[in-house]
Amino acid sequence: MSEKKLAIIATKGTLDWAYPPFILASTAAALGYEVQIFFTFYGLQLVRKQPDLKVSSLGNPGMPMPMGMDKWFPVLFQALPGMESMMTAMMKQKMKAKGVASIEELRNLCLEADVKMIACQMTVDLFDMNPSDFIDGLEYGGAATFFEFAGESDICLYI
Amino acid sequence: MATFDQELDATGLNCPLPILRAKKALATLQSGQVLHIIATDPGSVKDFEAFAKQTGNQLLESREEGGKFYFLIKKS
Repeated sequence: MSEKKLAIIATKGTLDWAYPPFILASTAAALGYEVQIFFTFYGLQLVRKQPDLKVSSLGNPGMPMPMGMDKWFPVLFQALPGMESMMTAMMKQKMKAKGVASIEELRNLCLEADVKMIACQMTVDLFDMNPSDFIDGLEYGGAATFFEFAGESDICLYI
Repeated sequence: MATFDQELDATGLNCPLPILRAKKALATLQSGQVLHIIATDPGSVKDFEAFAKQTGNQLLESREEGGKFYFLIKKS
């Protein structure tokens, strides 16, 4: 049985959207898949050595909030300073209480399982990002690099 | 209860950690040895079935008792 391949493009840099790429990549690796994740634009926040990921209720009416706040709490108030940090702290607390792994933990499990991570060189240049801020083992490449693997993949996801 | 060679306590852990921990534990076992897993994530019932099917390791037993889920997986 030849190894199946999973290719993922990670484009989002918030705490909530950090989960799908790492959950799917680590699980696929455990199932015997060869996995590559291509991080582009805001997705590059997920490969920082010290990720500072946040979640926002702004522009996200689907986000469940405590005390039914999503029903009565005015959207305008959600833009107040400190709200984002509060939402992030609450989300992290909830995740810990429910036994959901941290992003760093899932990312380490991916690295241990030889999930290959590629950073979009164009984004790094565009935002003047410093490669020394990113995790070790990260490779740099462009769209053609992604297609080299994605073209042979069994599953290809855009997240 | 059936015999097993190693036990993995995955209680309190949520998807995908029980599967990932099980995979790690299985890697330390010899072919034919059996891993016993205890989990509390209800999603793990279907997940361990799928895991066994895709990895070729045999799911010998899957049962629920007192809100916990117990699995026996034989390494292929």
